[in-house]
Parts: sequence; C-alpha cells; structure tokens
Amino acid sequence: MEEEMDRNLTYRVPASTLVEVAKIAAPYRDRPEHLMKVVLKVEQIVPIFSQDVTAVISREMNIPQTQVYSFVTFYQMLYTGRRGKYVIHMCQSAPCHIRGAEEVAKAVEDMLHIKMGETTEDNRFTLAYAPCMGVCDVSPAIMINGKVYGNLTPDSVREVIKRYIREEVQ
Amino acid sequence: MINLTIDGTEVSVEEGASILDAARKANVKIPTLCYHPDQTVKAVCRICVVEVEGMPGLQASCSTPASEGMVVKTASPKVIRARKDIMELIMARHPMECLGCQQNGRCELQNVAASLNMSKPSRYPLDIRKATIDNTSPSIVRDMQKCILCGRCEETCSDVQEIMVMAKENRGYYSMMVPPYGKKLVDTPCVNCGQCVQVCPTGAITVKDDTEKVYSFMDQDKVMVASIAPSVRVNLAEALGEEPGTVSTGRMITALRKIGFDRVFDTDFAADLTIMEEGSELLDRIQNGGTLPMFTSCCPAWIKYAETFYPEHLDNLSSCKSPMEMFGPLIKTYFAEKVKIEPSKICSVAIMPCTAKKFECQRDEMNASGYQDIDVVLTVQELARMIQTAGIDFKNLEEGEFDNPFGLGSGAGLIFGATGGVMEAALRTVYEKVTGKEMDPLDFTPVRGFEGIKEASVDLDGTVVKVAVAHGLGNARKILQEIGSGRAQYHFVEIMACPGGCIGGGGNAPRTWAKVEERKRAIYEEEKRLPVRKSHENPWIQQIYKEYLGAPLGEKSHQLLHTHYVNRHDLLGS
Repeated sequence: MEEEMDRNLTYRVPASTLVEVAKIAAPYRDRPEHLMKVVLKVEQIVPIFSQDVTAVISREMNIPQTQVYSFVTFYQMLYTGRRGKYVIHMCQSAPCHIRGAEEVAKAVEDMLHIKMGETTEDNRFTLAYAPCMGVCDVSPAIMINGKVYGNLTPDSVREVIKRYIREEVQ
Repeated sequence: MINLTIDGTEVSVEEGASILDAARKANVKIPTLCYHPDQTVKAVCRICVVEVEGMPGLQASCSTPASEGMVVKTASPKVIRARKDIMELIMARHPMECLGCQQNGRCELQNVAASLNMSKPSRYPLDIRKATIDNTSPSIVRDMQKCILCGRCEETCSDVQEIMVMAKENRGYYSMMVPPYGKKLVDTPCVNCGQCVQVCPTGAITVKDDTEKVYSFMDQDKVMVASIAPSVRVNLAEALGEEPGTVSTGRMITALRKIGFDRVFDTDFAADLTIMEEGSELLDRIQNGGTLPMFTSCCPAWIKYAETFYPEHLDNLSSCKSPMEMFGPLIKTYFAEKVKIEPSKICSVAIMPCTAKKFECQRDEMNASGYQDIDVVLTVQELARMIQTAGIDFKNLEEGEFDNPFGLGSGAGLIFGATGGVMEAALRTVYEKVTGKEMDPLDFTPVRGFEGIKEASVDLDGTVVKVAVAHGLGNARKILQEIGSGRAQYHFVEIMACPGGCIGGGGNAPRTWAKVEERKRAIYEEEKRLPVRKSHENPWIQQIYKEYLGAPLGEKSHQLLHTHYVNRHDLLGS
C-alpha cells in the first residue's frame, strides 16, 4: 500500500467505454454529493479509475479531477493503478487478526509471490488489505471479486486460491 | 462582544472569533501548524489543543469558537502532555534531517518542537513515509517525506490559484499530498508560482536552490552581473529577519558586491523599457485594430498559465518580454559591447521575488543574445541565504549605488512590484504620449490595492481606454471567463499570478496578507522619493534608444525585447 503505487499511467479505457462513463456522470453535473453513486456505477464498467476515467467524471460532474482522484484513492476497494483480474481483499480488522489473518495473508503472499498491495506479473491477482467486511462470525475472511471466503486457515486459503489459478470459479 | 477568560486573563473578542484569536489578543502563545492566518481553518494537526472548562476532552483552539463566560486553560499539564504526544507522533513520521534541510532555522515544525521542549527520547520507531524527492520542476522541490499533511499547499493551489495540481491521496496513515497518478511536477499544469512554497510549514515544498550554480560561475572567473527586481528591495531585509516593509536598496547592493558581483544593475530600468515597448504596443493595437484586450506579459507564471489553460488567448498577450528577459539580452549585447567584454564571459544573475522566473530563464525563446540571456535566477530566499553564508552583517551594511549604464529606474519601474503597478506605469507614459499632458494626479489609485479585480478607465483625448487589473490566478480565471463570454470588454489587462503581485511572490520570505500590506506601503512610499517617476523620462532609457535600440517596436527591439508563446494545452492531460 505504502510502496510507490503500482501505477499505470499509460492505461487507456476504450473510447466507447468513456462514452458510457460520461452517460453515468452527466446527470449529476454540479452535484458533487452524488460522486459515490457515480463511482460505484462506473466501477461496474471499468477495471480501474485511470486518468482518462476520472477526467471524464470530472468534466461531466464539474468537479476538479484532483477531488475525484482524492475520493477514489480514499477507498481501498477502488483502484487507480494496476489491478489484476482477481482482487483478493484481506480483512485487516481486529477480529480477523486475532483469529489468524496474518498467517492466512502470509500463505497467500507466498503462494502468489507478491506482497500486500501488489499485482502478479501476469496481471491475474492483486492482493490488498481491506477494512472490515462485516463477516466477523466467519473470521478470518477474504473476499475475491465480491465473493467472501471465511473460517480460513493457511491450508484452506491455498485451496481457494488454487481454484482461481485453475479458473475453476465462475 | 464576547467575554472569556484565558489562563486567568479576561479578554473580549468579536462574535465568531476562535479561542486561538482570543488567546492571541490576550498575548497568550498557542503553538500552531496547520493554521494559517490567510486560510480557512483546517484543525487537522491538533497541536493547538486547549482545555475548556465544562467541555469534555481537549479542544482545537483554532476551530472552537469563543463563547461567553468560557474559561480556557492553554498551558495546563494535561494540555502540554497532549501537545507533546501529538508532536512525538508527528516526529515519528518526519525524517530527522534538520541539519541538512533547506528550511533549517526557518521551519515552523522545528520552532514548535523547540517551544514544546521535546527533549525525551521518542517512544516510537521512526517510520518515514516512502516517497521520493521530486526535483523535476525548475522552480520547486517537493519532498513528501517531510510533509505533515497540513493541507495549506492544496488550499493555496486549488482555491487561491485554482491550478489544482495537488490532491490528497489515500487515507489515514498512508495519506500523501501529491499530483494525481504519481505524476512529477514538471508533467502537471503547475505554473511554478511558488505559492505552495510560501505556505508550507516544513521543508516539504521548497524553492529549488541555485546558489551553487552562482558559486561555480564565480569559480570560472566570469564577469558576474546582477540585476535586481523592483520588489526585492522591500523583501530582502524581511527575509533576513527585519521588519516587513523594510527598504534595503543600498544595503542590498553592497551585499551583492561583497558576495562577489562585479556589476549590480537595477531591473527597474528594464521595467521602464518594458513600459516603452508595451505602451507603444498598446497604442499600436488600439490605433491599428490589433487584438484586444492586450494582456501584460511580465509574469512568467501567468504566461505559463495562459499557455496551458487559455491558449486561445495567446494573441492577446503582449509580445513584450518580461523586464528580466529584456535585461538579459541587453546585458550580453549592449553592455558587453560598451565595456568590451566577450558575452560568453558574462554570467548574468537575476535576483527575483519569483520562483517561476527560474522556469522562464530556461525557455528556448530566451536566447536573443545568442547565449542564455539570464544564466541563473536567484529568489529573495536564496540571496538571503547567500548573505548569511557569507557572514555579512546585513543590518549594519553601508549603502551602495547601482552601476551604470542601467543604474537608474523610474518610480514607474519600481511599482511593477505591486499589483496594478504595471498598469499605472504604462498609463503614465501612454497618457502623456497621446495627450501631451502629464496625468493628473500621477498616482493612479483605482488600480492600487488588494481587491481581486480592479477596473478603471482613462480618457485619452476622446478615446476612452478601459483597463482591468487582476492578481492571483483565481482572479485571472474569473476575468478571462468574463472576457471570453463577452460580458467584459477592456483594452488593457494586467495580470499577476501571485496574490498582491511580486511583493507576494513565491520566492520571498513566507507571506501573510498583513506582511504583503507592509511591503506594498513600502514600495509606494519609496516610489514617491524617486527623482524620475515616468518611464519615458528616465535619461538612461532615452540614451539606450538613441544609442542602440532606435525606437520602440523597432527592428532591434523586436529582435531583443519581444517574444512569442507556446501552446501547452497538452499539460492538462486527458
């Protein structure tokens, strides 16, 4: 997280997608309080909030791009830089920590040969900490592209990751 | 009025005043870091906490309004311990490189730490933010390891100048003030105005130090020529610890000679030259149907701003170079020929209140003499440091005088240093040229002062010339939008990037409006004392046109004193 962020300044979203982004943002011109709504909708159609995406949101909503950027980087689950096909969010809150999240995180790191906050070279996995997901009853937990896996041990998390490596998860 | 008690002293303040305001009124010193008198209250650093009877915990005094009957303790053991704890946490994240830091001795963080008596070993391991130094800009160096996230630079960049280069990235412990997407300053629309340097309380944003360049030119046995901008004489003494608004023209000249400069020239002279050229250009545009309004072009940050944000208005910019860049080629041609020195043996150093000048002197267009016209630009801050380094007792220095043939500047040249000055100086000359009479009164007050946008009109024998003056780029944006939409029509518009004009420039000692007000007073008082107050009456100006340049807008001036501009719209990115 704190390392020089893995940035992809040259990444460009296709022009047709930018048109879609503009359609989502345009109705909220001069209404900055709706930025979260716009960002969540845009997230469904773009992989990352790259420069061109935040520029379109900024232009359509009439908010400075720096503010859109600040907003997006504030939330750990939104991405401005490189991001893999699968994003593994590791819960960083206390309950998961007490129940062995650290060992689980270490197991994933070792398995994918990346550290927290990094993306594998083949762009398939991104590993990142996330704030509490509210599933403390099954702690320690991870979330992969919106799917939650709980009650993990280093062994069971390796099994989960393996299924993603083999593309067995729909 | 509200009455409250601070540390046992009764004090009454206006409605809406904060506890901090009240404490200052009662002469009680509360340390601050994110607080800045010219900015909004942020209350993020928490170092100004105080104890208020009847309120739970501790309150940030900058953001808590004073209320009737309040009893405040600003220095109880509880408060002092809290402040020390806060400082300890800030220090645990701050590189302890004070001895090698440009701000050593001038740093607000250092001062607050000193006042808090931080003498115990820290309980926390040093965990410095991982950030690399950005020295890509010719004017400004950013070292985000030293940032304490006060947010002052962002406010000045986004809300005052409206350039919006800075954004707060990430959250909490990982927050960082950066240009978005990891860009370096040179790749952003940053105009190098240096207003962020002015408000930074630590060494996180500093002026790029070029003093070493000057020393190495001295080592090469160059003829060292200094030219000093109008506003420097009211800023330098302040940067060396004297009262704001202290005029130090003579001492400054002596100091430069002591440092090792062979000739010391007055940029006021070049400002007069600018008026001759720019005034003639204005008349030419008005009489021959040129592009109007004409914008002044003395301010390099404004020029870069126009090139980046409003390239459609580049034809409106006067083709005149800034006084500094008019001076550069004259030093390496006219002066060099006069004293028979090879121009390549001259090192021309400009002393400026400005960080953007460092960018300007490196522009490709600024080689009219066949060499880089101005070799090095030093800001007031850097010159002050050179004076300190040389061990010069500035306060007790004898007065020196400028060298000829550029030794005299008129009052019109001097007031270039304050917002509205270029306009006033130009009108004095243009009015007299057209009507044959002296402008009465000579002080053209409608364009003076710190109102964001000032308007006036002048009757030039039947032709009413409408003028406007804007300072601070936020105001520049407003005036450009008015002009672009056709709502406002002017003939001549002066724009200075820094609030207050050059006396509020990025290379001066840290500013507040109160200090800039003092500098303004000094510059107008000093102006009244000068023997010549109109550019065209400066005898040295008359001489240089007779001997060398011919007439304003002539071939020679076109070659040396005028320039063209570049469209930089691509810096705005996608």
